[in-house]
Amino acid sequence: MSANTRTQTATAMSHSQSHLTQTRLEKTWVPWVPNRLSKRRGSSVPQFTNSPTMIVMVGLPARGKTYISKKLTRYLNWIGVTTKVFNVGQYRRDATRAYNSFEFFKPDNAEAMKIRKACAIAALKDVWEYFTSEQGQVVVFDATNTTPQRRELILSFAKENSYKVFFVESICDDPEIIAENIKQVKLSSPDYIDCDKDEAVADFLKRIECYKLTYVALDDNKDRNLSYIKIFNVGSRYLVNHVQDHIQSRIVYYLMNIHVTPRSIYLCRHGESELNLVGRIGGDSGLSARGAKFASALQTYVRKQSISELKVWTSHMKRTIQTAEALGVAYEQWKALNEIDAGVCEEMSYEEIQENYPEEFALRDQDKYRYRYPKGESYEDLVQRLEPVIMELERQENVLVICHQAVMRCLLAYFLDKSAVELPYLKCPLHTVLKLTPVAYGCKVESVFLNIEAVNTHRDKPENVDVDREPEEALETVPAHI
Amino acid sequence: MSDRAWPDNPPCPPSSVAVCMTNCPTLIVTVGLPARGKTYISKKLTRYLNWIGVPTREFNVGQYRRECVKIYKSFEFFRPDNEEGLEIRRQCASAALNDVRQYLAEGGGQVAVFDATNTTRERRETIIEFAEQNGLKVFFVESVCEDPDVIQENIVQVKLGSPDYTNCNTEEAVEDFMKRIKCYENSYQTLDEVLDRELSYIKIMDVGQRYLVNRVLDHIQSRIVYYLMNIHITPRSIYLCRHGESELNVKGRIGGDSGLTARGKEFAKKLAHFIRAQGISRLKVWTSQMKRTIQTAEALSVPYEQWKVLNEIDAGVCEEMMYEEIQDHYPLEFALRDQDKYRYRYPKGESYEDLVQRLEPVIMELERQENVLVICHQAVMRCLLAYFLDKTAEELPYLKCPLHTVLKLTPVAYGCKVESIGLNVDAVNTHREKPEVRTTTR
Repeated sequence: MSANTRTQTATAMSHSQSHLTQTRLEKTWVPWVPNRLSKRRGSSVPQFTNSPTMIVMVGLPARGKTYISKKLTRYLNWIGVTTKVFNVGQYRRDATRAYNSFEFFKPDNAEAMKIRKACAIAALKDVWEYFTSEQGQVVVFDATNTTPQRRELILSFAKENSYKVFFVESICDDPEIIAENIKQVKLSSPDYIDCDKDEAVADFLKRIECYKLTYVALDDNKDRNLSYIKIFNVGSRYLVNHVQDHIQSRIVYYLMNIHVTPRSIYLCRHGESELNLVGRIGGDSGLSARGAKFASALQTYVRKQSISELKVWTSHMKRTIQTAEALGVAYEQWKALNEIDAGVCEEMSYEEIQENYPEEFALRDQDKYRYRYPKGESYEDLVQRLEPVIMELERQENVLVICHQAVMRCLLAYFLDKSAVELPYLKCPLHTVLKLTPVAYGCKVESVFLNIEAVNTHRDKPENVDVDREPEEALETVPAHI
Repeated sequence: MSDRAWPDNPPCPPSSVAVCMTNCPTLIVTVGLPARGKTYISKKLTRYLNWIGVPTREFNVGQYRRECVKIYKSFEFFRPDNEEGLEIRRQCASAALNDVRQYLAEGGGQVAVFDATNTTRERRETIIEFAEQNGLKVFFVESVCEDPDVIQENIVQVKLGSPDYTNCNTEEAVEDFMKRIKCYENSYQTLDEVLDRELSYIKIMDVGQRYLVNRVLDHIQSRIVYYLMNIHITPRSIYLCRHGESELNVKGRIGGDSGLTARGKEFAKKLAHFIRAQGISRLKVWTSQMKRTIQTAEALSVPYEQWKVLNEIDAGVCEEMMYEEIQDHYPLEFALRDQDKYRYRYPKGESYEDLVQRLEPVIMELERQENVLVICHQAVMRCLLAYFLDKTAEELPYLKCPLHTVLKLTPVAYGCKVESIGLNVDAVNTHREKPEVRTTTR
């Protein structure tokens, strides 16, 4: 290298140390580096963990392992940790077409044991694939894993690959809970498609007995170096051992806040606002005449539902509070429920945004989830700010949340397990209440339109998202307004 | 309205923290042999709860005993057959409970931490009855530890300096204290999985290696459990500093997202030298997502993490204004801010109170971590500092956090040692004291 180039390089380096550029989409500051491939020092996404983590379920059948697995996976994906469930029972169902009876699970059924072990290993191979090729961060390994030998197998596998392991054991001896479990999720399982109810229950109980013969719970002494949480009787007691890192700590916190008491969550937006009418986003305006009518209708609806001990939450913005006031009940204001901050675009119409910030408008259509308004927020930011709301919703029972379009989309995406791509386009029209009721492994949704007309505020993704598109192409999906 | 919350919301207190944490007051009761960290946990938990806006106070029964029995003679006071000692101790516990009642009923308190050994079921029964009579929820925090090294370290850190041992040399003190512990051991009844299954408690084993959590009843108990499960006592230091001097700083303007001045860059370089000279193992570096903190971190040439929640307080309509301009355009707002700087929310912006809520995950993660350098902003740094140094909401917005100065916080005994290190690079002063006259007609 000649003296000249050396000096140039040195200047470039010291220059780049203080020379930053802002990414166009997320508005994060990054060093300006001429060589695009060099690794960035600053990470702008939360570093939950540095190694892939395996969450390994442990417990007899009908102890809620799959319920926990699916729920935990849904939560982790929502907060931005790529997670996937591997259900070994599913592998077994794929391997042996016809499930005959509980006899398959007898510990002395050598042939079945071979198949079951092969399924576990096949699942582990897919886990490896997920971590390696798909850049997954967390895997939930959903199986009974009731013997120390099986757990050893998993631990060795994890050690070979430098994965962290965190066990989640569910222990329950309450016959009522187990019966309810069987009713909710086992009777409809593919294993029992051609059985009548009583046969299915009898067979399943015998299946549980097969596992009981060899079940060894995590031992407080022998397993003291393992990281785990033991959940007793659906959460009345927990034993937590050796939490290693941030993500495990968050998982423990989440698991300790969820419950299975039946309840419903009602989500709706504020009544139509003055700014809604004129097609402007954001701001802090009051309800229009129709919005006020909706608030009344909401009161009627809520009263008719006769919900016991309903909590009502709003944001700190005038339009949600005005809506709640009409209910005549106590309510709590959460700043975290405020609408997405549109920064420099606050109170603009889409037409004005197109006129003043055409490039921003296009970038938003390219990646609506990660796009951050200049001096504002992104949907990704919203999710982070809404996490305490979700945590508290999990703790609570019947709750009505009166919020805003973008906020409601984020909350809905959590309950209905929608991806980051789908989330910003979920339909959350004004004057419509969504009643969410947990059932089996998911959530039942009832959409109730309260029959008061309102503007449509939903803008679909247009065909052309290029920054050099024509204004008409940008505005083709803008809903009508005054 | 100084806190910009819509007025017609009856149930929530006027200083509107968004979530109503609990409907009845909570009594946290520590359980454990001496030197198991009960007072450490009590003080730390109290500090955390107050910081997040839950009025909390700790009541240390040992303190009541010291006021009653002016001079501590020896461990003999604690012998289980010392009737006189037992009577005094019972009275002290009663007096403390009386003060608890007053604090929670009339003193505006929401949580009281009853810090004593409470090692017998009988004593705990008394407390439970007291709580029932006064409409309080009870949550036990038991610390169990058999590691002699940990106990020894405990004694060295906090017992030797206790008023009980002012006139003793180290060996005498340690010997006496060990005998004191022995007095409690025979009658110690740990919280039992079966006998105490109806109680709400967390049992902390071996300084956080393991936890047993039973019957968490409500939001505040859930938060307390989460906090207790994230704290540790591994020695470490937390470094807090602001970004280097920025372009807007020299113009006397608040907020914005400007870059560093030449002096700011000089500071960043000096910060890199300082950090390297400290020789810190596995230092984590955190910044906000604003240009000036990131530029500062870049000079360190180490990996760093950007946290949006570390961004400076949002001054809403006053962003990038000078104080003179705020006075010109928004004199009323400016006065309201001086009247209650903690709760005041800028129009379309934030308050210090909002900042604290948004910084809570940072504090939680700081508790989990070991050595961390946080490069942030004036208001943010004031909030973090207030947490570590147990400053009130009144003091917080006026804490001095000058540019180009690193604060090194090292946990020691029951508190935090602070070292202030100026890195010898000049910068403007951005600290505005509370003015004498704060009326809106000034």
